[in-house]
Amino acid sequence: MQPRQAEDASGVWGWRAVKIVTILVYIFMFAPILVTVILSFNASMFGGFPMTGVSLQWYGKLFQNEAVLRAFKTSIWIALLTAAVCTVIGVMAAIALTRHEFRGKQWMNTLVILPALVPETILGVGLLLLMKWANQPRSYLLLVLGHIMLALPFVVLVVQARLIGIKRVYEEAALSLGANRFNTFREVTLPLLMPAIVAAVLLVFTISFDNITASLFWRPPGVETMPTQILAMLKISISPEINALGTLMIVITVGLPLLGGAIARILSGNRQ
Amino acid sequence: MLFIHSSSSEVLRMTDIAVDLKGVTLTYGAFVAVKDVDLKIDKGSFVTLLGPSGCGKTTILRSIAGLVTPTSGEIVVAGRLINDVPIYKRNIGLVFQNYALFPHKTVADNIAFGLKYRDVPKADIERKVKRALDMVRLPGVEKKLPSQLSGGQQQRIALARAIVIEPDVLLLDEPLSALDAHLREEMRTELKIIQREVGITTIFVTHDQEEALAMSDRIVVMNHGLIEQNGTPEDVYRTPATKFVASFLGQSNLMTGTVVQAGNGSARITLDNGASIEAKAPASLKAGSKVTVIVRAQRLEVGKKAANGANKLKGRIAATSYLGGTAIYAIDAEGMKLQANTIIDDQVFREGEAVDIAFAPSDCVLLGEDDRRLV
Repeated sequence: MQPRQAEDASGVWGWRAVKIVTILVYIFMFAPILVTVILSFNASMFGGFPMTGVSLQWYGKLFQNEAVLRAFKTSIWIALLTAAVCTVIGVMAAIALTRHEFRGKQWMNTLVILPALVPETILGVGLLLLMKWANQPRSYLLLVLGHIMLALPFVVLVVQARLIGIKRVYEEAALSLGANRFNTFREVTLPLLMPAIVAAVLLVFTISFDNITASLFWRPPGVETMPTQILAMLKISISPEINALGTLMIVITVGLPLLGGAIARILSGNRQ
Repeated sequence: MLFIHSSSSEVLRMTDIAVDLKGVTLTYGAFVAVKDVDLKIDKGSFVTLLGPSGCGKTTILRSIAGLVTPTSGEIVVAGRLINDVPIYKRNIGLVFQNYALFPHKTVADNIAFGLKYRDVPKADIERKVKRALDMVRLPGVEKKLPSQLSGGQQQRIALARAIVIEPDVLLLDEPLSALDAHLREEMRTELKIIQREVGITTIFVTHDQEEALAMSDRIVVMNHGLIEQNGTPEDVYRTPATKFVASFLGQSNLMTGTVVQAGNGSARITLDNGASIEAKAPASLKAGSKVTVIVRAQRLEVGKKAANGANKLKGRIAATSYLGGTAIYAIDAEGMKLQANTIIDDQVFREGEAVDIAFAPSDCVLLGEDDRRLV
């Protein structure tokens, strides 16, 4: 038992103030999300308060909306493709940057995270100008490549952080026992890296799935991703359908990282 | 007998050398980690590379393992020149300071790892893993993960994993320094017993002189990338080859002086504080030479009747560390600072007391002006 510390009145009030402020900050952060979720079940024709009843009709409408479904599919495919490519390239880059010595490594290290620092709008315009100069039309390929460019730095950062934490002696031990470099990677480095890779995949998926700024510049004519579709719908009216759509997107983009976190915890729980 | 370098034992060694380093040099840019090191290690022996951090001992170990490549020189293991053999094709057992057990694999899978890459049949692997666990006295932990074992147990598993592949040489990189003091001593004995049982050539790297003295057949003392001395523990302790060895291993008193008379295996030396002593000396020593006389702190007698022929100095106790059975005295001997580690048999001297100090001429080791032992 720790001895109870004597607290004077100002200390007590100080703590109360901290608690209240904390609660207010949380309300501020989560209120918009909560409102979206609640209003998605609103029976009213209008996308705002007051609630006139509870209904699932907007979800029903959403699933009949061809444009929305198409945009959803587009976004999922782009996000999956981006995640796959970014993870493979990102893991390789991270290994090169942490485990090997080569000229210009410092520069590479900085350059690889640059796309994460430059404002998306500028990247969006930049890539578009580049394509125009190369006389290439806007295409799915361009859109996916753009997303890869945006998300790659995050894979490198996440995987690099974990790699630095994996002591080299594990790899050295495997090598000394007779495993060649490939087998050492497969049997030792990769399993130890798995939590970071899972995290990176989910992060990239979310980054791509959520992206609107750059997608607006890069999408081929007539193609909508989920976020650009929502934007287009908002231009017409604040339909309750958007609340339903928003709720689904929240479930996907919040649920996936939570799921990933759980997987990563289970994976690393084996070895703590 | 401590000075024996007989040619017959050289010949014997030639035929039975497990590791042979020839002129190995390793540089990192301008920094020379290892400088032209020649070292032969007998098959089945336990050899310790001892020295302060940065002395090159770990670099030598890593170059034998194949984790670093020498800038020049040859490394021969089991008669095979391995300079250009990648680490995974050298047959070498490696044990690290922090165990380096694969955290995501069970104990059995850890130990079996090296066997898998040696095409050992499944049934044999199981048997060998079991035998290795028996050997390190941890039977029945096959299914556990490394994190479920204590530090000492993990180090035993690491040892089992390295030995089970029957390597040409076992390399131990400060394997005990992550353990707490009590466990370290226990593991020291254990490690030595296992090494004897298996009869495996072992190179042990440490900065801990006690470990080195307790475990080794031979100690190679290193400093600044060079070998200072290579000898048996007694050899290195009793007759340090250089000033560095004398001060790195145990407590030594270094007294400088000038030889006034030499001959018949002994010399009379006037120390810088004016005292005159007799010391065992090599025949080559000439009057007029400047020397450093080394006497181990344990060999100084304090406040006792000096034996016949012993050197006597006068001193005053500057500080006393009373340790129960023994005492460590810091003594001011007429301007010379000495340390004596003595067994207490009746009286403990306290600060300020005047004492007589004595030591035998045969306990003196003489260093020349280059700080190397005169032979």
